[in-house]
Amino acid sequence: MTDSERPSDHPKKGLTDVRLEGGIYPPDAQPRTDPGVPTEFVTGMPASELVYESGLDLKARSQWAYARRRFLRHRLAMGSVFGLILILLAGVLANRLTSYGPAEIDFNNILQKPTTKGHHYFGADFLGRDYLTRVLFAIRTSAKVAFLVAFLSTALGTAVGALAGYFGGWIDNLLMRFTDLVLTLPAIAVLLVASARFGNGNQYRVAVIISLLLWTGIARVVRGVFLSLREKEYVEAAKAAGAGDMRIIFRHILPNSLGPIIVNMTLTTAGAILIEAALSFLGFGIKPPTPALGQLIQDGATELQTAWWLVVFPGIVIMAIVLCINFIGDGLRDALDPTQRVRA
Amino acid sequence: MVTYIIRRLLYGIPVIVVSSFLIFVFVSTTTDPLETAKMNPRGSKTAINLVIKEKHLDKPTIERYGYWVRDVFTNGGGTTILTDRPIFPDIRRVLGNTLQLVIAAELLTLLLAVAVGVYSAIRQYSAFDYSATTLSFLGLAIPTFWLGLILQIIFINIFLKWHVRIFYTASLSSVDPGHGFQFFLDRVQHLVLPVITLAIVGIAGYSRFMRASMLEVINADYVRTARAKGLVERRVILRHAFRNALIPLMTLAAIDFGTFFGGAVITETIFGLDGMGLFFINSLNNGETYSLMAWLLITATMVVVFNLIADIVLGFLDPRIRLD
Repeated sequence: MTDSERPSDHPKKGLTDVRLEGGIYPPDAQPRTDPGVPTEFVTGMPASELVYESGLDLKARSQWAYARRRFLRHRLAMGSVFGLILILLAGVLANRLTSYGPAEIDFNNILQKPTTKGHHYFGADFLGRDYLTRVLFAIRTSAKVAFLVAFLSTALGTAVGALAGYFGGWIDNLLMRFTDLVLTLPAIAVLLVASARFGNGNQYRVAVIISLLLWTGIARVVRGVFLSLREKEYVEAAKAAGAGDMRIIFRHILPNSLGPIIVNMTLTTAGAILIEAALSFLGFGIKPPTPALGQLIQDGATELQTAWWLVVFPGIVIMAIVLCINFIGDGLRDALDPTQRVRA
Repeated sequence: MVTYIIRRLLYGIPVIVVSSFLIFVFVSTTTDPLETAKMNPRGSKTAINLVIKEKHLDKPTIERYGYWVRDVFTNGGGTTILTDRPIFPDIRRVLGNTLQLVIAAELLTLLLAVAVGVYSAIRQYSAFDYSATTLSFLGLAIPTFWLGLILQIIFINIFLKWHVRIFYTASLSSVDPGHGFQFFLDRVQHLVLPVITLAIVGIAGYSRFMRASMLEVINADYVRTARAKGLVERRVILRHAFRNALIPLMTLAAIDFGTFFGGAVITETIFGLDGMGLFFINSLNNGETYSLMAWLLITATMVVVFNLIADIVLGFLDPRIRLD
């Protein structure tokens, strides 16, 4: 079938809009006489515009396109995406959204309750600093740390897991025993001690320290995926075609294991926010003058009996961020890994 | 079986050695337990030097680690650096307090999480299931320390407004806790808020886990067989599905229980509970390397032991798993 023979008056029909008693085929459908040879090879027409003799217009979608469709239809996840973008934008645009500075002291405003007067919607702290401003600037710091942790630990975990899973043997043994060791270290002790030792209250250092503990989960997942994918026929085919190890890892296996990696990365981001907040709250994480959400709560806890707003607002922001990220992660899992759906 | 247990315990030793050495190096090279003493203008140089000499603070780190190992086996973990106080009695006291807290919290968590998880699974996609799911997502997003502070704010304000003491918001006992039942009541009033704090986060996670494993079992073939041969639904759920669905949760709970010996660092700090977690934070803040190491030794050992217990229990409960 060539381009000119294509019925021009035929309405394009996708599978979804055909609802007939006889099945999914339109009434004028004819059985294919010549199965097996993709149109691409016969006519030079790209496979994405494949038109069968039946007149059914089948659009070839990649699995990513399917995943995107599934995700875009996940209402809770899409709502969370908007929510998260809103919160992050508020953090990024902090200096435009408020007329106060994060360290601007105002002695007429000490422990001001939340009020619309002077736009102190979140009140003011014990130095009269506008608390909304401080929370917005803190979002910046906390989000920066969380995304940095997600990126670093995912990169490290993927590298370790991929090498262990692909090569197997003593490399696998060595890397996985090391992973087990890190996993069995008492996490909170190592985290607090390392933060006290190397953290220095600096956000980037704290992020690196948290990453060095969080990569193990991703490493195990990636190793598992690599173990099963390296036995697949397409990997064998690539090997037979003479592809090197690096090419097979990066071109063939890694793209197919991106689903679990992305899902784990989202969950790590949520975990990182909570861990950083807890660290900063205990005084071992990010230290003043850089505002971070956990550290604001620690500051506010000293005025617990009189100024509830100093504790309540930063906590609600942390919760909102983590909730959004978790819902997005849930949606991503449903979209990327439909087999896991039952376990939701 | 015995060889399996022995082998697993032997595997645990390098883990404990490596983590204890790492922490020892980190702590002993950064913090100076004598910092405040040295700043005291009236403090005597000779006294400080005596402490340094007695505690081998001038020796290389490796050698000091060796001294610590010797103390563990001969001297109950040694004494604190600054005050020369024996560590073992302290650690026994805080461990007892921590166990009261975490056992209460874990029991509450398991009871509620199992009930919620099973009911959610049986009535999947019901209003109850949806609200339980929403609440557990919320519970997993709450920072523990924030939850504790909010509970404190609520109960402090209740006390300030109406002068009613429902629960205490700090410490483990009143100054004069009384005896017998009065003491028990006083302790309960102190423990309720920290237990709730720990339990809410725990219930959120465990109930999801329970729901998932119950759903998996309910859809299994043998449950369908049980229904097909005409068993009452109640019996199918309780005898056939529930007992098997409980196995993964029991394993998880056993593993978690091992980590509880380290105390709830955050919760204990907020509520000022004299437990393992607070002991750890204080030792870290004061640079008391040996106290910290005693804490670590107990925690790491318990994690290894309870991981093993979890596997053994799993082997007993699930005949498909063979340990050897």
